[in-house]
Amino acid sequence: MSDPHLPSEAEIVERVQESPTIFTLRLRFTDPAEHAAYRFAPGQFNMLYLYGVGEVPISIVSDPGDEHLFDHTIRVVGRVTKGLAQLKTGDRLGIRGPYGRGWPLKEAEGRDVLIVTGGLGCAPTVSVINYVMRRRERFGQLVIIQGVKHANDLIWREQYERWSAVKDTQVLIAADVGVQLWPWHVGRITELFSMAQVESSRAVAMMCGPEGMMEVAVDHLCGRGVAENAIWLSMERSMHCAVGLCGHCQVGGKFVCKDGPVFNYPEIKTLFRAEGF
Amino acid sequence: MPGNYLPRASFQALLETLQQTGYRCVGPQLRDDAIVYDTLRHVGDLPRGIRDLQAPGQYRVEKSDCPRFFAWANGPQALKPLLFAPQEFLWKTERAADGRLRFVAAVPDAVPTAVIGVRACDLAALRLQDAHFLKDPSRDAHYAARRERLFLVAVHCTRSAPTCFCASTGDGPRAEAGFDLSLSELDDGFLVEAGSDTGRGVMARLPLEAASAGQTQTADAEIAQAAKQQTRKLPSRNLQAALFANLDHPRWVDVAERCLSCANCTSVCPTCFCHSEADQPTLDGAGSVHARQWDSCFTQGHSYIHGVTIRADTRLRYRQWLTHKLGSWHEQYGRSGCVGCGRCITWCPVGIDITEEATAICGDTTHV
Repeated sequence: MSDPHLPSEAEIVERVQESPTIFTLRLRFTDPAEHAAYRFAPGQFNMLYLYGVGEVPISIVSDPGDEHLFDHTIRVVGRVTKGLAQLKTGDRLGIRGPYGRGWPLKEAEGRDVLIVTGGLGCAPTVSVINYVMRRRERFGQLVIIQGVKHANDLIWREQYERWSAVKDTQVLIAADVGVQLWPWHVGRITELFSMAQVESSRAVAMMCGPEGMMEVAVDHLCGRGVAENAIWLSMERSMHCAVGLCGHCQVGGKFVCKDGPVFNYPEIKTLFRAEGF
Repeated sequence: MPGNYLPRASFQALLETLQQTGYRCVGPQLRDDAIVYDTLRHVGDLPRGIRDLQAPGQYRVEKSDCPRFFAWANGPQALKPLLFAPQEFLWKTERAADGRLRFVAAVPDAVPTAVIGVRACDLAALRLQDAHFLKDPSRDAHYAARRERLFLVAVHCTRSAPTCFCASTGDGPRAEAGFDLSLSELDDGFLVEAGSDTGRGVMARLPLEAASAGQTQTADAEIAQAAKQQTRKLPSRNLQAALFANLDHPRWVDVAERCLSCANCTSVCPTCFCHSEADQPTLDGAGSVHARQWDSCFTQGHSYIHGVTIRADTRLRYRQWLTHKLGSWHEQYGRSGCVGCGRCITWCPVGIDITEEATAICGDTTHV
């Protein structure tokens, strides 16, 4: 892309309502050459532009090997996402990206992978889970720890059930509030950490979600001997430009949009728990 | 050897030479009781015999008997608005009747511009803005187009305001580099020096005379005097570690009680680069323009993200500004983001002094 600011037109090929407030858009650039040339890594994000309203940064959930479409899973939280939710199959929107640094998937090969996510934090990590699942033989244990507020908030439930049946894969899910026939834990996500079957010395942890949850997860992992530099976190901050110019996403000297959004824990450790950064 | 002295009576020749070369001239002039930069057509528009009185939270101009054009320290603007426009369009979207979207990048608005009267601190700030806006792969086309067409005529400062502290940041009062021409102003004229090939080309067309050794000595002495006048200073060491080691310092609470979170400091700061982007739909519904405008870390919206404001109160916003300006800039651009212009002190409605706050928080010792 020659101009880092300029979006390209994309078409909604499919729209999936995941929950009352969460939906997935499956997209294709309308210019076939641009679509064919488009590459991204799990953990990277695009800026989605809704005509006449504005842009939002949204992570890409689909697999980079899927040449047909790329997917964004979005929760309705603000002006732009509320509008995006109204779009239908065939509608057009603007896309620019991909931006930022994704997950350390090459470094994770041959090691146990621990995924920790809360809330809709699952969207950026689902791209990792899918990536590992499709290349299962390259990785050790895969442990997925997911927390939701209410059992009804869990999207992709069938997928989690399918994943839990895969060899060397452990799925641990906690809902603060359960429902009847909820097969997983009722309580805090933090209560699941000690059940994770990973070898601390060969584990790579990747997490995304509320920072309070990630803080507890980091403490637990460090406490059981996982090296700090084996912990990776996907951070969220306000972003307008996505290319390190507008200044909104800074955490200390880091620009989350271009230095992240995925950070190695030691890179952001000093300000991770500080209020106001 | 050709001379390098331009008599005051010949100053209009500089403007005309630049205009004939194709530049729009921009220079300081008095407007609404402040010295601002705008299109300069005639030497008579320069603020001759005007001096500024600056103090924390205070800016006044008054007439003086001095015949000079540049016998004042600085006004609210630096070069920033000329390159990083306060508001501009980045791209527009055209929507066809069938819903198809077409995105069109805005053509950078970049008239070749010669700025007359650039201060040393402004040149230092320009280097920092260059480092931010011209870095690949996110080089900003609008900034870059203007930067490439810029001709800079620096003027060494001979008079510091009480708010100036460029000597302590190493950025002035002499303009050392980064200009096309530099001027030392004397009572009767100017000593001219070229800093680039373009500058040498312009200089060759000026009606210059030979300068005397005495004139050069006087000019140097006046610049040295301007440095000596400065009473404020920032600790000269890298403050990044000290600031981040003192995030809980009680002074943050103290300054937050005075700070109005008005964002004047970030508007007048020549290095602050934050901006927001927003869409502005046209009234006929057929298009929408994507614009950016200056933003500030002192606003409520700056750190807002879906329901959470990371910096909800003034203490956190002032701390963000100062820890970035004097701290994280080192990590991002290899030096502090402060060039000692003192504008944030002058234009703060309650006179908060960055040098005083930084010293209170970091101490003025050479240790962290």
